Amino acid sequence: MYSLRLIFKNAMRHKLRTGLTVLGLVVAIFSFGLLQTVVDAWYAGSEGASNTTLITRNKTSLVFPLPLSYQARIRAVPGVTGVGYANWFQGVYKDPKNFFAQFAVSGESYLNIYPDYLLPAEERAAFLHDRKGCIVGRKLADQYGFKVGDTIPLKGTIYPGNWELVVRGIYDGRQSSTNTATLFFHWDYVNETVKKIMPRRANQIGVYVVQINQPENAASISAAVDKEFANSLAETLTETEKAFQLGFVSMSEAIVMAIRVVSFVVIIIIAAVMANTMAMSARERLGEYATLKALGFGPAFLALMIFGESMLLALVGAAIGIAILFPFAAFLGKVMGTMFPVFQVSQLTVLLQVVAALTIGAMAAIAPTIRAVRINIVDGLRSIG
Amino acid sequence: MSEPLVLIEHLTKSYRRGDQVVEVLRDISLNIPAGEFAALMGPSGSGKSTLLNLIAGIDKPDSGVLRINGLDIAGMGESDLARWRAQNVGFIFQFYNLMPVMTAYENVELPLLLTPLSRRERRERVELTLSMVNLADRMDHTPNELSGGQQQRVAIARAIVTDPTLIVADEPTGDLDRASASEILGLLQQLNQQLGKTIIMVTHDAAAAARARTLIHLEKGELIAGQAA
Repeated sequence: MYSLRLIFKNAMRHKLRTGLTVLGLVVAIFSFGLLQTVVDAWYAGSEGASNTTLITRNKTSLVFPLPLSYQARIRAVPGVTGVGYANWFQGVYKDPKNFFAQFAVSGESYLNIYPDYLLPAEERAAFLHDRKGCIVGRKLADQYGFKVGDTIPLKGTIYPGNWELVVRGIYDGRQSSTNTATLFFHWDYVNETVKKIMPRRANQIGVYVVQINQPENAASISAAVDKEFANSLAETLTETEKAFQLGFVSMSEAIVMAIRVVSFVVIIIIAAVMANTMAMSARERLGEYATLKALGFGPAFLALMIFGESMLLALVGAAIGIAILFPFAAFLGKVMGTMFPVFQVSQLTVLLQVVAALTIGAMAAIAPTIRAVRINIVDGLRSIG
Repeated sequence: MSEPLVLIEHLTKSYRRGDQVVEVLRDISLNIPAGEFAALMGPSGSGKSTLLNLIAGIDKPDSGVLRINGLDIAGMGESDLARWRAQNVGFIFQFYNLMPVMTAYENVELPLLLTPLSRRERRERVELTLSMVNLADRMDHTPNELSGGQQQRVAIARAIVTDPTLIVADEPTGDLDRASASEILGLLQQLNQQLGKTIIMVTHDAAAAARARTLIHLEKGELIAGQAA
């Protein structure tokens, strides 16, 4: 109790210096957490991917489609328990700046593979029965004010024309990390129109979504699917959904790496500032440390005083930094809308922030503690007066 | 005949300053019996503070015998010496050396943290000691809320709260006005005469030295007068 009181009073000895140091820590821990959250948002799609879902795409490139006829042959591969498909649509809602993901999907077979999309039974049924129906995620609905029954007009880019979709349901995510910023509608609706205006592009889909029985069978089933279509006009490349998503992330890996580096540089800078603060404090108190040693206090007590003060400042800074990160991340998530479908502070980020704060506190205390412990009592006492 | 509380024989101490070795104490032999109030006097650089530091166990001699209460403290390790100081030595410094952020009560309580006393026992001991130095009504004040004389009385309370064998005082009145100095010296005399405390005090001030019972005079690292062994 006495020690805690002394640590606290020492920390409050120079209120301005302590305040500025804590402010620096708040900014550093907050920035570190925010940048980590941005990186997490980048990886959110791959993190939310299921271990029992594979993606089969055209081996040449994702921009080339696959024939609809592949569905039955993929379904027949041993270990495959379900096959759906999806097409990237890229329609414009009112203005090109209103960007959000839209997929034309295979309806029930697609939804069955993604149980993390929680949709009331009646809305699911309404969607499946309406050829022009669509479902939107909660985040998307909140951003644009979509309600069940609303008509969403999309201007096609890949598939020219004006497309009118009726909202039949709003889905939520089973987990907080589930993407709820996407619109799904029926591939059949697209295909019927395409048959009329661009017959050569009919019955072509973007990717197959393949559900398998066991995650450990992913490699063998992927190989079996690709073997099935080897030497065909449209050879396939099958990989786990996570690997598929990471393929997109890797395109911007340099940016992610830069963000990561900056987040750690921030921590290193504040560690140096904190070390300077603690060194100044310890230098001013050498006489007191010498007095404590003269009275019989050992190195452990001095270390407790210095580490305790350093840790106290670091943890107070971290606590405030973490506390303000949550509302700010929520605000930023809203402002950025569907640019980052999932933008939230993870438990791992908070843990990293706490670890960073403890590391800063410990690093800043090492040099002053060594100096205090090594001080010659007579020399230290001479510094008073 | 029993051994004196402080037994010093052929003690030498030197410091290295750059390439030079400065001999501070030369062949000092000295006895101080228990219950003594001794004043160490001498000009600046005579080695009196060095001798006090050696007796207090915060510095080590180069050679010679240094026994306190029968214990060879010159041969003790750092941690043993720290423990010995906590149990046996009370320190009074010229500039009080109080913890500026702690109250008078907390400053006096500080050395008791190294004892097995309970919180309640510590409180009783601290309150009693502060009343002995007439500061019972100032126990919640921090040092900067006290005068120099009051701060030195807190320091004296801190020095005696563990009931040490030996009290060492390095220029205890050096930072005080005459009235406060007289008050502090009176308090030290009381501790010596009424409680039988052994006090060794370094001072420049002849008036302060006159309050002691024995005068030990050092010059250029050698003992000029005193109670030789």
